[in-house]
Amino acid sequence: MSYPTNIRIIKVPCTGRVAIIHLLKAFEKGADGVFVAGCLEGDCHYQSGNLRAKKRVAYARRLLASIGVDPERLAMYNLSAGMGPRFAEIAREMTAKIRELGPFLQPSGRTAAPQATAA
Amino acid sequence: MIMAKAKPLEEILSYLEGFQRILVLGCNGGVAVCEAGGLKEAEVLASALRIQNMQAGDRRDIQELSLTRQCDKEYLAELKDKMDNYDAVVSLACGAGVQFMAEMYTEKPIFPGVDTCFIGVTEEQGVWTERCQACGQCILAETGGICPIMRCAKRMMNGPCGGSEKGKCEISVLVGRDVDCGWHLIFERLKKLGQIGRFAEPALDKDWTLSRDGGPRLIIREDVRP
Amino acid sequence: MKETITPSRLEKILAAGHWAVTSECGPPRDGRPEIIEKKADLIGDYVDAINVTDNQTAVVRQCSLAACIRIKLKGLEPVLQMVTRDRNRIALQSDLLGATSYGIHNVLCLTGDHQRFGDHASSTNVFDMDSTRLIQTVKMMRDDGRLLSGHEMHEGRPQMFIGAAENPFADPFEIRVMRLAKKVKAGAQFIQTQCIYNMPKFKLWMKLLRDEGLHEKVAILAGLTPMKNVGMAKYMKNRVPGIDVPDDIIKRLAGVPKEKQADEGIQICLEQIEELKQEEGIRGFHVMAIEWEEKVPEIVERAGLYPRPSVN
Repeated sequence: MSYPTNIRIIKVPCTGRVAIIHLLKAFEKGADGVFVAGCLEGDCHYQSGNLRAKKRVAYARRLLASIGVDPERLAMYNLSAGMGPRFAEIAREMTAKIRELGPFLQPSGRTAAPQATAA
Repeated sequence: MIMAKAKPLEEILSYLEGFQRILVLGCNGGVAVCEAGGLKEAEVLASALRIQNMQAGDRRDIQELSLTRQCDKEYLAELKDKMDNYDAVVSLACGAGVQFMAEMYTEKPIFPGVDTCFIGVTEEQGVWTERCQACGQCILAETGGICPIMRCAKRMMNGPCGGSEKGKCEISVLVGRDVDCGWHLIFERLKKLGQIGRFAEPALDKDWTLSRDGGPRLIIREDVRP
Repeated sequence: MKETITPSRLEKILAAGHWAVTSECGPPRDGRPEIIEKKADLIGDYVDAINVTDNQTAVVRQCSLAACIRIKLKGLEPVLQMVTRDRNRIALQSDLLGATSYGIHNVLCLTGDHQRFGDHASSTNVFDMDSTRLIQTVKMMRDDGRLLSGHEMHEGRPQMFIGAAENPFADPFEIRVMRLAKKVKAGAQFIQTQCIYNMPKFKLWMKLLRDEGLHEKVAILAGLTPMKNVGMAKYMKNRVPGIDVPDDIIKRLAGVPKEKQADEGIQICLEQIEELKQEEGIRGFHVMAIEWEEKVPEIVERAGLYPRPSVN
């Protein structure tokens, strides 16, 4: 299984552990995009951790939009631990999306407006 | 507890135009209970402001702290040595705390980061509702523990009005959610408590001088003053 | 012939044992003087007293007091409707004194629809008092000659016949009777009910009143509003709080062609009047033909209530 090398993985026991501050901090620390990969809905080992994550991701997306950041830079996906190929697929999909959106910060220090990738 | 909700980020940004060194100050009192202005929320707001800062290419310095409360001078005083580091403060305390900050640190603009809404309770996690209007003269003993000043949209003393339908207030259709008819609740409670006789007598007048209408209020306890 | 305590024509009609007939005028949403003039001219001969609504549904209209003065100056009998939503005790007592100075002898004490229903929803509300407290206030001003502050009026005391409204169709049903008893205890002398369509429910309410002996302590005027068409019936059923329109009324109106629905609505109203004449405790009728005042004369005539009796 191969997935792009630009992904930095942070493991948590359950996506319910992910707080809004973690999502924001990732952008503060230089991420161009963030995604949360949680278990399939209904399969959460801790009942509803992934549902809480879903709400928090939605909230954080709205927060980002209100400060002029494209909310597409933050996404939530659901898959089971055994779905290796699906993970790779998600990683590629997210990478492609972020490439299209451009770096979070341009050299000028400003974010790129969403644009079609030339190459 | 005093309940508030976070102001829109756009509004807070508009206050901060022209200021470079910002302190986001949370409060671990009521606003923390309703998850609007506690340490957690201060961290999130500060982070969001920094992200906005990054992408706008500004060189603002944004820090966050949270105090036990902002309505007691001993906690506000903890900031004394730090205030020179900031040009402006966004206080996430309720209106009382924001004002107290402004009274102590008169040289610095103190901006509100939340809208203070009401005195209320936590119905369930994530849902807070109003209960008390601080009218200054509590009549809960006469109404089975349910307040007609707050829970009746018309603060009637001899309710309900003709718009009460199926236990719901007539404003329900206007606000898009079910609002209980306070007087329906009072009636049911008094029945349960065997105190329905209260309904036979026209209620006594309400003296509003003890409420907001009488002007800014104050409580003094000489026995606890130093 | 019962004793009357005010110069109110409405009180005298009721005391003499006649059916009382009242109706209402809604003032315009501007300052034109002729609207109230025209409406009063239309119905004046057919009713004992004319109610003027007070910023009904919290929509700003010419104030009730001004319109009542106009009606009084025409030699007709106004009923000043007062809601407690917009005025505190100072303004309410002040308006009552103003009304007194023009010889207005009837007041209907109401709490009022919440201001969020109206065209100035962002306004504060007052509700310094509610309708029951207002009833007590008028009674005190009339019978004790005092304002709420204790100030004594040696002359110029209001001589007002005091009315209140009741909604037999609002919930909780069991509390309605208790609340009416409280208004009567506070000083209410006549009641105008919310408009009636659900006869069985209304009759049950009347029975509960009679069981408490309230029908002898207060004069009940049955509220009636003729339906113009089936659309109006559906609107009132679904969109107006506190109004109970049974499905069979809607079916009946829907069952006739559009151009005949107005006549059918009037017919239903007349049948209601006849049925209510048989109901012990009903002392008259309050015909609220909203924006249809021209039908009031026809309804009153066909109900056998014209001409209106004369009283001293």
